[in-house]
Amino acid sequence: MSVQLWTYLIVGLTFALYIAIAVWAKAGSTKEFYVAGAGVPPLMNGMATAADWMSAASFISMAGLISFMGYDGSVYLMGWTGGYVLLALLLAPYLRKFGKFTVPDFVGDRYYSNLARTVAVISAIFVSFTYVAGQMRGVGVVFSRFLEVDINTGIFIGMGIVFFYAVLGGMKGITYTQVAQYCVLIFAYMVPAIFLSLMIAGTPIPQIGLGGAGSDGVYLLDKLDGLSQQLGFAAYTNGSKPMIDVFMITVALMVGTAGLPHVIVRFFTVPKVRDARISAGWALLFIALLYTTAPAIATFARINLIDTVSDKSYAALAENPKTQWLQTWEKTGLLAWMDKNEDGKIQYLGPNANGGAPFEGKPTFTDGVGASGELMLSNAPTDNANELYIDRDIMVLANPEIGQLPNWVIALVAAGGLAAALSTAAGLLLVISTSVSHDLIKKQINPNISEGAELMYARIAVAVAICIAGYFGINPPGFVAQVVAFAFGLAASSFFPIIILGIFSKRMNKEGAIAGMLSGLVFTAAYIIYFKFVNPAANNPEHWFLGISPEGIGTIGMVINFVVSLVVSRMTPEPPEEIQELVDSLRYPKGAGEAAEH
Amino acid sequence: MEKAKLQEYWKINLGYLVGLLVVWFVVSYGFGILLVEPLNAIRLGGFKLGFWFAQQGSIYVFVLLIFVYVTLMNKLDKKFDVHEE
Repeated sequence: MSVQLWTYLIVGLTFALYIAIAVWAKAGSTKEFYVAGAGVPPLMNGMATAADWMSAASFISMAGLISFMGYDGSVYLMGWTGGYVLLALLLAPYLRKFGKFTVPDFVGDRYYSNLARTVAVISAIFVSFTYVAGQMRGVGVVFSRFLEVDINTGIFIGMGIVFFYAVLGGMKGITYTQVAQYCVLIFAYMVPAIFLSLMIAGTPIPQIGLGGAGSDGVYLLDKLDGLSQQLGFAAYTNGSKPMIDVFMITVALMVGTAGLPHVIVRFFTVPKVRDARISAGWALLFIALLYTTAPAIATFARINLIDTVSDKSYAALAENPKTQWLQTWEKTGLLAWMDKNEDGKIQYLGPNANGGAPFEGKPTFTDGVGASGELMLSNAPTDNANELYIDRDIMVLANPEIGQLPNWVIALVAAGGLAAALSTAAGLLLVISTSVSHDLIKKQINPNISEGAELMYARIAVAVAICIAGYFGINPPGFVAQVVAFAFGLAASSFFPIIILGIFSKRMNKEGAIAGMLSGLVFTAAYIIYFKFVNPAANNPEHWFLGISPEGIGTIGMVINFVVSLVVSRMTPEPPEEIQELVDSLRYPKGAGEAAEH
Repeated sequence: MEKAKLQEYWKINLGYLVGLLVVWFVVSYGFGILLVEPLNAIRLGGFKLGFWFAQQGSIYVFVLLIFVYVTLMNKLDKKFDVHEE
């Protein structure tokens, strides 16, 4: 069977499964719609959280990112896993004990203030939309690469599927679909990784293969260090970012993870406080499976890439069936070669050996074919010696072909990428809809609204959010990549400190929380906007505050938030008696009971 | 339940948190970032040790920390009779 037929079959089967789950898990009440009736078993919640968390970017791009960053890529590995320790120890059990539906619920109630609630709602909606636009784009990209349909058609299909299970089932539908999506995506990630590990390191376990030796007896990481330096790249295991920046970005990503509303809300869905604790453990275990495999894929794929292409004749590679993937991926524009010195060989060189970007911008092909059979480019060449353009996504997407795996594995990777994108999109859309129907309409505009009407508003809000997300997917604003730093920076500098202080400091009052949240937010937003939008030319270590990049500045925003909150709260009146009692009750698991109905 | 006992429960909980978070900090920020260069002089098979902590070891320890915390807290909840039915 052809790749395309397999892809239709496997993607079709997984979609049918998601729809069947949606029909089975239809939500009948707001509690089911918002928190799946708080009845999700912890192991399943762990899987759902893992699928919710691992986006199209984790699945498709992360290994490639590490592949090109080497040691510096560790910021993503540690940053996107370490936050779960903070969640499990400092947030999840207490928020579960609090027992409401959303993060703004907690902020509004704990700080007895609708202003605080409103700031939280706006941050939650902003962070979630930032994220969801990228997911919809991811769905479109996977569709277009594997099924050769138009990107926009792919986005419409994705919207239709999410619409069906999110509108019908709310959190209940989303949770059980995410469990299925986790299984699909982890299987799709591991199968090619295992084959690649066998091929390159001779062991089926990628985490061990990473520390192993290749067929020539040289340790893979040593070999890669040598190859990298020889070609003018930094040694793979050393990295080139300043230590302070690596440190700050890691903190911002960890703390941001722990402050993201779509992650936190997953811990409202389990029955008990101790379930909230253990489900964070399961979630991290399931996430770690992919996150410890990614650096192995990064290393294997990079060694394989350099070995295959560096200084080799393009015509010979195109003839050899083992290396024909090169041409397949050239057609997608993820790979391009410009024979600048006209020697017919591929020169792949890094910045220390007169390398760099081979030409201006992303590849645009003319219809012509060059002397060696390569697709001709209309891009203006740069004046360095590097000839090869490689998109980082290729490191995961092309793996099955590089490993010469059967066609069904390629189809599986497509289904896995879609599962990762759809599961994250659905979780984010639910946060947006809950923010509108619960935090805005029920809590602020019309508190007397009936349950049925609230549920209807929730469904309408999901539907509207899907359409907006789809619009952004089809017309991606140019700044999507830039605003990802925003999502984490804002979550780190706004939510995390005031939730922590709300649990661990009884003395914290609304004046402190609002002042802290605003100062953290304003500082972080101003720094990122200045370097990303106002004056991008100055976005380099010389101009950065203490050498901290916009990606890492959320850490400083968080510190400012903590300091301002603590100082202001000590200069203003204590919170009322009943709030101090509420904080006391958060600290003891007994009597968590049901998520409170309102 | 009497207040003194609940305060004791909270104190022990805070003690666990501090201990576990120290380990959390040391394996990631300590071994993976601040001390990565000296540790890279030590080999673990094909890995330089600092690099291993940054891309593998810290994540394993994170998972372990959560399960240790869960076990400790479940015992503590029972001991102080604040566990759920």
